[in-house]
This record gives sequence, structure tokens and C-alpha cells, in this order.
Amino acid sequence: MGQIEWAMWANEQALASGLILITGGIVATAGQFTQWYFGAYSIAAGVFICLLEYPRGKRKKGSTMERCGQKYMTKVVKLFGPFSRNYYVRAILHLGLSVPAGFLLATILGTACLAISSGIYLLAATRGEQWTPIESKPKERPQVGATIKQPPSNPPPRPPAEARKKLSEEEEVATGVSSGPQENPIPVTDEVV
Amino acid sequence: MKERICQQQERKTVMMGCWMLNESVSVILALLWLGVNLYLFIDTFRWYGEEESFFYTRVILGSTLAWARASAVCLNFNCMLILLPISRNLISFIRGASICCRGPWRRQLDKNLKFHKLVAYGIAINATIHIAAHLCNLERYHLSQSAEAEGLLAALSKLGDTPNESYINPIRTPHTNTTTELLSTIAGITGLLISLALILIMTSSTEFIRQISYELFWYTHHMFIIFFISLSIHGAGRIVRGQTPESLLLHNVTFCRDHYAEWQAAARCPVPQFSGKEPSAWKWVLGPVVLYACERVIRFWRFQQEVVITKVVSHPSGVLELHMKKRNFKMAPGQYVLLQCPSISSLEWHPFTLTSAPQEDFFSVHIRTAGDWTRALHTAFEAEGQTIKEPRSLPRLAVDGPFGAALTDVFHYPVSVCIAAGIGVTPFAALLKSIWYKCCESQTQLKLSKAIHIALHWDENTDVITGLKQKTFYGRPNWNNEFRQIAYHHPSSSIGVFSCGPKALSKTLQRMCRLYSSADPRGVHFYYNKESF
Repeated sequence: MGQIEWAMWANEQALASGLILITGGIVATAGQFTQWYFGAYSIAAGVFICLLEYPRGKRKKGSTMERCGQKYMTKVVKLFGPFSRNYYVRAILHLGLSVPAGFLLATILGTACLAISSGIYLLAATRGEQWTPIESKPKERPQVGATIKQPPSNPPPRPPAEARKKLSEEEEVATGVSSGPQENPIPVTDEVV
Repeated sequence: MKERICQQQERKTVMMGCWMLNESVSVILALLWLGVNLYLFIDTFRWYGEEESFFYTRVILGSTLAWARASAVCLNFNCMLILLPISRNLISFIRGASICCRGPWRRQLDKNLKFHKLVAYGIAINATIHIAAHLCNLERYHLSQSAEAEGLLAALSKLGDTPNESYINPIRTPHTNTTTELLSTIAGITGLLISLALILIMTSSTEFIRQISYELFWYTHHMFIIFFISLSIHGAGRIVRGQTPESLLLHNVTFCRDHYAEWQAAARCPVPQFSGKEPSAWKWVLGPVVLYACERVIRFWRFQQEVVITKVVSHPSGVLELHMKKRNFKMAPGQYVLLQCPSISSLEWHPFTLTSAPQEDFFSVHIRTAGDWTRALHTAFEAEGQTIKEPRSLPRLAVDGPFGAALTDVFHYPVSVCIAAGIGVTPFAALLKSIWYKCCESQTQLKLSKAIHIALHWDENTDVITGLKQKTFYGRPNWNNEFRQIAYHHPSSSIGVFSCGPKALSKTLQRMCRLYSSADPRGVHFYYNKESF
């Protein structure tokens, strides 16, 4: 469990909490429950959280799968600088946003989920994680001169360069790691397409 | 130009027809599942909407009673189903036992994870409906008990205050709020626990999280224990109450509902008596829970069995080969086992395809470094360094399985095409070795007359695993050409296509199978089988 980036899970959890807050808020407002104005707050808070959490942060190692169309929100979230980068800020923000929704039953599940998400963000922050925007790199134009290499000398089918070197060094040795080359009981045909 | 468009339209129709034929069994099963869900939902909805014993409950709650109960029945059904697709031993048993249900039905067993996800989505949707409906119900119960409630509502809510009466409104006092009421009932607390468990399970099961940290997904998924325990006691409070049958005989609802002021006094309308519905969720889930518990017990028992490591080979591209022996271990090519290394993690079991043939006196796996656990395994076997470890100092391994995979069907086709990418060559290694052994034994007659193996190597240093002399094509093949050639050379055969590799490859191959399968039932047909973990 050591390598996991907690912020990634916190992000999924926060996004889910946002949607749950919106749903709970709609139920409370449409049903005109007692203290339904907390429901209206929940909808607003839910929308804000969804917009904030939609752009996924970049992983420290490896490639990150972007969410569909997230580059527009990435630009907006980037504008907040350290407030969006720092996960302590997010943890406190989510905790703060979750409290008013706790006063209404319809949104209490959203509160619980958002509080859990805040906890995971806190854990991520203590481990030094940060939100880095995923930016598309400008496409490098391949330099035409550099890609032309020496054309191959032998006709196809040909194994790659390394195998050719290996074959020339050790022609009799087996290519496998078990007991050596085995005779084929049925002919293995080569179908060149 | 018109002719070209016509030809294109015809081609599209043929493709659609072929796709429908190939996918039809999966679609049929999915529709069957959906149909049962809809039937249960609508039937329960109508029952609660019309049933006389719930007339007074409907007076308070309106239509949301029916919504809540209908979604509850669907939830029971789906929670019953969810554990079955991941009971690997059960699936292997069905696969082995079903001699009659060959072909397309057996192939459905390979899609168990997809079905598990489908049922999970069903649970999520029904849970949302159920929660929303019960939120409304609680709110209405609260309003009926408040000072502003009048008439029949008020009369119904007051029932239960005196000793001879049974209540219908679970909220007994106006001086409370719905949150407090929720948290003071078993149903409320368990409901909250169930919902939280479900949400945490779902957020840690997204494809992204599974890819970056399988351990988080695996550990968080064990919250299903909390889920099922809470589900079983969720209805214990018996909050949803209907009129008792004895009371219905004495108290005519159609007449008495307008004479609520006289209930206490008149003999015509004695006070209606109510009782709660007994919890039924445990009846639905008991079977699968017991089956899954047995599944875990089998895994534990297999864990206790001794596994002897006979050979450890370290391949240059970060692939570790282990030869092992275990008593009564029988396998078929293409099957996989679950490995556990207690010194790394006592809870994690990871799947690996078997690369040895059944005819060999050992079984082997090839493990590529892909994450925390596999890296730790490599270090434990000191695959990086040159030192030779004593056999006794090697870490202990536990093996569960073997479990069935698509390749056991390879021998059922007259022609099979096996396409592998990267570490995906492992299942086919076992297969090719097995074919080699079978051909060496002159007595056995193989239905399989031709096996075409295409292995894609993207690593420069990947070794050939089997040691057989085989031609490997380097670089990405032109699939259209390949399939056209195969279709041309085997005009009226059933051809099984097996692949193990990345999703993009799988999608391409599926498309090729649809394209090159002939519409004529006597013509060539490509059947696509995929294995993934």
C-alpha cells in the first residue's frame, strides 16, 4: 500500500460526494422538506465541488488518464495557484462545505462522503502530494533528416537488429531457456503475408 | 457512386447481423437480467400501490411507499446475484460440469466480471431510488406527527399512544427532527452504513484506481462484509407497517376511513392494528453469502497446502519464472492460478496464467514486474542479483486454483488463432506446449487441426518462452490481411480467435472477427474469446 497516491482516490470520492450532494439537495428542494434551504445550499456546494474536482491531477509516476473534456476546467482551477495545488486547503475546504449539509437529512449522506474525502485529502497532504495540472505537450515535429537511417541490407523476413547480432554470435545455442530446441512433431509452416 | 453507397450499406447490414449473432447470447442474458428487475419492480410497485393492508400507510406516505419497496425488492435480487460471478471455484465447477452447454453459453462464463459490474450498477441505481423515496417517507411521517397535521393523518399518527393500539407512524413525537429519528432506528443506522460502504466500494473500483493501485481496490472492496451484515439486519426494526389481516376483517377500510373520529368509540370501526413486515433481505442473500464463504474457505484450505518451488529463473525483461509442485494439482492449458506470498502480504492473492503444459510434472508461472507486489516478489526471490538462494530460504508461496479461462476452449475448434502481446504470451505458451505433447502421443486424436500463433513483442529483450522453434512476426501485423488469408484458407470452418493483451488489441480483433465472419451459416465463422484479469 506504500506507493498509492491517496489524492487520486480522494478526488474520486469528492466527485462522488458532489453528485450525492446535488441529488440530495434536489430531493429536499423539490419535496419542499423542512429546512429545504439547506438543500438549495447543497446543490450549489455540490456543483462547485464537481467543477473543482473534475480535472484530475497528474500522477507523480506514470501516465494519468484524463477525464473527458477536463482541459477547460484545468485552466480555471490552475488560476487559483496554491489554493488549488495544496491538498491541506482542499481538505479544510471540503470539511467546511460539508458541515451545513449535515443539518438536513436528505444531504447527510453527502456530508459523510465529503468528510471522508476531506480525510483522505488530509492524508494525501501529509504525504506531500500536490495537485499538478495535466497539460498536453506541444507536438514535436519530427526532423526529417534524423529519421532516415541506413536501409536494411538483407531481404524480408528479417528479425530485428539485436536478434541478428545474437544469431551471428551463438548460432548453435537454443533460443529458449529450458532444455534446448525441440523437434517439431508436425511441420511448423511460415505464412508470409 | 450510388453503387458504392449501396455496397457500403449492404456491408454495414452484414456487419450488424454478424455482430448480433456473436454478441446475441450476452445481450440475451443482460436483457433477461433487466427483465427480471423490471418485473420485480413493477409487480411490487403495483402491489404496494393497490394492497388494502397498506391503505392507511399510503394515506400518510403517498406513492413513495411503493417506490421504496419496489426498489428494495430489486436491491434484494441484485445483492443476491452480486456475489455469484466472483465465486471463481463455482464458475470453474459449472464450466467443468456443463457438458451440454458448450459454445456460446460457456463463453458467457468468461464475462463474469462484466456481469458483476452490471449488477453493481443495478444496485447503485436501485439504492438511489430507495434512499430518495425513504427520505420523502421520513419527511412525511414527520409532517404527519406535527401539530399542523389534521384529519385522518393526525388520527393515524396518534395511533399507538394507548396500550391497546399498535402504531403506524414510527415517529412518535412532534418534537424531533428527521435526522434524530433516522439515527435512532436500526434501519436508519444500517442504511447509512450500507450506503457509505457502497459508495466507498464504488469510488475505489473505478478503472483508474484499479490501474494505479489494485491493493486499494482490493482492500476497500472488503467493505462488502459491512454491507451484507448491515443489509441482513436493515429491516429488523419493521418500520414499514401494514394493517394486520385480523384487523382488516374487523375494520372495513373503505367505510371507516371517513369515520376516523369514531374509531375509539364505535363498534363498526374498531381501531386498526398494524404490524411491521418481517425482514426478508437475509433470505435472498443467505445462499450466495454461504457460497462465497465456502469459496474463501476453499482458498484458505488451498493456501495451507504445501507448494514446493523446484526452479526459479530470472529473465532479463523483469520476468520471473517459477516452477512449482503441489499435490493433486491438475490443470488445463490457458488456466490461471492465484498466488499469495505471506511474507509480502497476508491478504493479497494475485492471478497469473500457467505457462506449463498439463503433461509436465510441474506447473510454472511467468511473473512480470508490474506493481508493488510483483516487485516485492522479485526482490524476495532475489531475481535482480546473482546470488543463488538455498531452496529452504525461498519465501513460501500459496497457490489457489487452477481456474478456468477461455483457452480451455481452444481444442474445441478445428482451427484456432492465438494472438498474444507482451506478457500476454503466457497462456499461449502453455497451449503450444500442450499441443506439442499431444501430437507426440500418437494415440490421441485432436479436433484441433491447425493452431496459428501470432506473438507480438514490443520489448527488445523478451525471450521466447517455450523453446519451440516458431516464427514470430515483429511489429504490428496487418490484421485485415491476416484475417482475409485465414478466412480464404479455411472457407467453411469455425475458427476460434483467442487473445491476451491490451484492450486496443482486443477491440481491433473483435472488429476483425465480425468483419470476416461470413453471413452464411455454412461459411467461415470467427468466434472471439478474450481473457483478462
